[in-house]
Amino acid sequence: MATIAVWLKIDEEHVVQALQEAGETLDSAEGDLLLDFSSMRRIEPSTLKVMEEFAGIADGKGVKVILRGVNVDVYRVFKLVKLASRFSFVS
Amino acid sequence: MKTSEAARERVQIPIAAEGLSEERIAFLERLVSQARTAAAVFTQFTQEDVDRIVKPMVLAGLEQAQYLARLAVEETKLGVMEDKVLKNMVATEFAYDYVKDKRTVGIIREFPERNLVEMAEPIGVIFSLTPVTNPTSTVLFKCIMAIKTRNAVIFSPHPSAWHCCSEAVRIMYEAALKHGAPEGVFSCLESHTLQDNAYLMRHKDVGLIDATGGPGAVKAAYSSGKPALGVGAGNTPVYLEKTADVSTAVVDIIVSKTFDNGTICASEQTVVIDDEIYDLVLKKFADLGAHICNAKETDLLGRTVIDPKTGFMQAMAMGQKATDIARFAGLSVKPDTKLLIAPIQGVGREYPLSAETLFPVLAVYRAQSVDEALKVCVDVNHAGGLGHTAVIFSRNDEIIRKFGEVMNAGRIIVNSPGSVGALGGVYNDLVPTFSFGCGTGGGNSTTDNTNIYHYLNIKRVARRTQAHMWYRVPNQIYFNMNAVENVRDLPSRCTIIITNPSLEKFGHVDIVRRYISPQTHVHVSVIPDAEPEIKVVMQGVEALNFYKADQIIALGGGSVIDAAKIMKLKYESPEADLEELAAPFLDLRKRVVEYPTEKINRVRLVAIPTTSGTGSEVTPFAVLTDKERRRKVTLADYSLTPDVAIVDPQFVLSMPKGLTADTGIDCLTHALEAAVSSYASPYTDCNAMQAIRMVFKYLPIAYEHPRDEEARCMMHNAACIAAMAFSNASVGVNHALAHAFGARFGVAHGRANALMLPHVIAYNAAVPTKFVPSPYQKGHVAHNKYATIADLLALGGQTVEEKVKNLITAVEQLLDQLEIPRSIAELGISKEEFERAIPELISVAFDDPSGRSNPRMPLMTELADLFRSAYQGRGLAKGAKTLQQRTA
Repeated sequence: MATIAVWLKIDEEHVVQALQEAGETLDSAEGDLLLDFSSMRRIEPSTLKVMEEFAGIADGKGVKVILRGVNVDVYRVFKLVKLASRFSFVS
Repeated sequence: MKTSEAARERVQIPIAAEGLSEERIAFLERLVSQARTAAAVFTQFTQEDVDRIVKPMVLAGLEQAQYLARLAVEETKLGVMEDKVLKNMVATEFAYDYVKDKRTVGIIREFPERNLVEMAEPIGVIFSLTPVTNPTSTVLFKCIMAIKTRNAVIFSPHPSAWHCCSEAVRIMYEAALKHGAPEGVFSCLESHTLQDNAYLMRHKDVGLIDATGGPGAVKAAYSSGKPALGVGAGNTPVYLEKTADVSTAVVDIIVSKTFDNGTICASEQTVVIDDEIYDLVLKKFADLGAHICNAKETDLLGRTVIDPKTGFMQAMAMGQKATDIARFAGLSVKPDTKLLIAPIQGVGREYPLSAETLFPVLAVYRAQSVDEALKVCVDVNHAGGLGHTAVIFSRNDEIIRKFGEVMNAGRIIVNSPGSVGALGGVYNDLVPTFSFGCGTGGGNSTTDNTNIYHYLNIKRVARRTQAHMWYRVPNQIYFNMNAVENVRDLPSRCTIIITNPSLEKFGHVDIVRRYISPQTHVHVSVIPDAEPEIKVVMQGVEALNFYKADQIIALGGGSVIDAAKIMKLKYESPEADLEELAAPFLDLRKRVVEYPTEKINRVRLVAIPTTSGTGSEVTPFAVLTDKERRRKVTLADYSLTPDVAIVDPQFVLSMPKGLTADTGIDCLTHALEAAVSSYASPYTDCNAMQAIRMVFKYLPIAYEHPRDEEARCMMHNAACIAAMAFSNASVGVNHALAHAFGARFGVAHGRANALMLPHVIAYNAAVPTKFVPSPYQKGHVAHNKYATIADLLALGGQTVEEKVKNLITAVEQLLDQLEIPRSIAELGISKEEFERAIPELISVAFDDPSGRSNPRMPLMTELADLFRSAYQGRGLAKGAKTLQQRTA
């Protein structure tokens, strides 16, 4: 069973910065990376861009990224931009 | 949660990348990706978010209306700057006026009376082509529509209008971004090629193509395999009819045809003028600055502005001033000439100016009659303008209506200018637009003025509605011993008693006559003791007509009462076509055939049953035999229900034992089938349940002791009560099987029902192989209903299954008590003969309408199984306690 190596809460106001910080932990992560989206009400194009890049880096390093607490509106955006398959989702 | 969107990707239309460099493809991909992201993000926006963005966009468009108009005229060299300002203002202000209060997010419309809600789903990425004729106004309009509907747009302007369009897009985008729209929501292709368009039209992430442009662009859009909105070419006929307000009409036509130098494709092309006003109209045109061409000038003009090879207008004339066009053609006109008017004598290639001209040249035609005028308008309409626009000036409503009928045009503009009228919102209540759908005539999918609703996927949330049900029975039912006395209170001038020979012989007719007023003329019509034939019914109708009867008393079993119902129908409505009225139907409320409501005679039908089973005295059904065609005609309509039912047991005291048993089981079958029917309701349930209780209690007594008045009375009432249940809830597969079997082997209806009954209960109580759609029921309840009946009969059992089993046992024991054969085999029918008959039996049973209300949709194979079970015989629930044991 994989362990959650890193658990980061994503703040809507500073989401890009938070994701950059998360990206820095990917090198040292030994297990899954969990990003807590429960406070994200809405997602912006710039965030999506960073998320896409982030997914690419995580793929490259073999780290599984789990998004927690994604609301259904944001989840639908992930589906529409075809990013949903790049992450795992937990409630 | 796992996602598998990659696996569900649809088959994609091949990308049209031919002729595109890798860099170019990468550029186009970036555009689409950016638009897709913006559209995706946009889905999170609320109505308030959207409306907050739209208004400042509109204001920005209004502020820049003149700037954009000037750019457009400078770049395209078409049209009139002042008019283009107006167009830009219409595209923003009028569009806003239309959309501002419209809901385009979430629930957009509600129909509470229909339990229906419409919700908006954005399209996503729209690829939009814009024209050279209305470049900036079209962009402004589409931007407002897109934001209002949460879509992203990639614009591809006409190559001759790229700069002004990209400016319009920029102005809209900046305003939208400033007020919260997602980045990338608008983009505009810079100088581009047809390959770019082809690539984007086929792109998997483009949801819709909105092609406002020439035929080539529209065709490319429709050929791309993507959903597309297109426009069609126009060739607007105008009928200036003699009752019209000529002064207004002439000004309106000049306004329209000179607006932006005629570049709007809805503008007037050929004006067909009634002879009576022709000279006056031309004089008024001339007075207001039009030049009326003579024959030579018309010819010159036609050869100059219309390409003789193609029959289409010359591009160099499009959107040019009348004086410039006159100059091209070598005509000498006054410098302030607004419009060139060219009289023509027909429509088609020989008359070049009957074609579409997007410049201020107007053809006129002198018509000698309304008929000729309408035909010429039809000719113009069919000469390249199908589906687009037509205009009429008239005060004659009948002619306006006829014009509307014969024109194939999405917009039929009455007493107002064609071009500005078609744009909507100025002269009429059409939806404001800059894209005219031209329907199939113009090669489009809609005739609508393209608007916000075309930029939405509209989702309909349909909540389950509570289906209307009914409970209809005669409004007078008299019952118990000597109820026939109530005939005394039914006034009649002339009564015909329909009965059959045996009942007359038994003195039943005399009993009834005793209670008919001596002042009433009474005629007795004796019909054969069999299912009524058409011939017999028509003889009865003749008697009714001869005596001018106002009352029918049907005294007899189901056959007599059925005959009387049809006699009444044909007497009251002689035109009623029995063959047509017998047409099959699925839902009584939606049936195709309507029973006559107009009646030339009125007659009261009083039904007095002399058997306790069919319940025909309260049912809306009648069965007729058509001997000539060797078939039965079943009629069903509440208008057939007798007006009065008299359920008097004195007429059944002499029923033989066998008939008592068969009709009693028929009654039980009615009640059991109505109870589990897909049309069952609380109203019918109470009838059905009560009838079942009465049958179980009184049928064995009536069978063993035929003269027991209480038992006879209760069984007579039970039959009527069960009939009230099945009149409204219908019956089920038991009847379908019995009808087929009874007809094929000559077995009495009640007995045939009895042979099927235990098997059908077991069948209906099981989990259906196929559920039957029913708006009237919630879930599969047949087994629970049977269990409730078992409880009502105190049959015991802990579980539903046990209770159903006990009910089957109770039914079987009742059948045994009534000495009804246990199997079809016991009737002496050989297995071989029965097996040979099965294909026909299942075919007939499947078609029988009775089966439609069964709680379980019977499959053909299941019908065969049921027949075979009935052949083998009952004993399904052996081992269960007997009814007597339970009730003891």
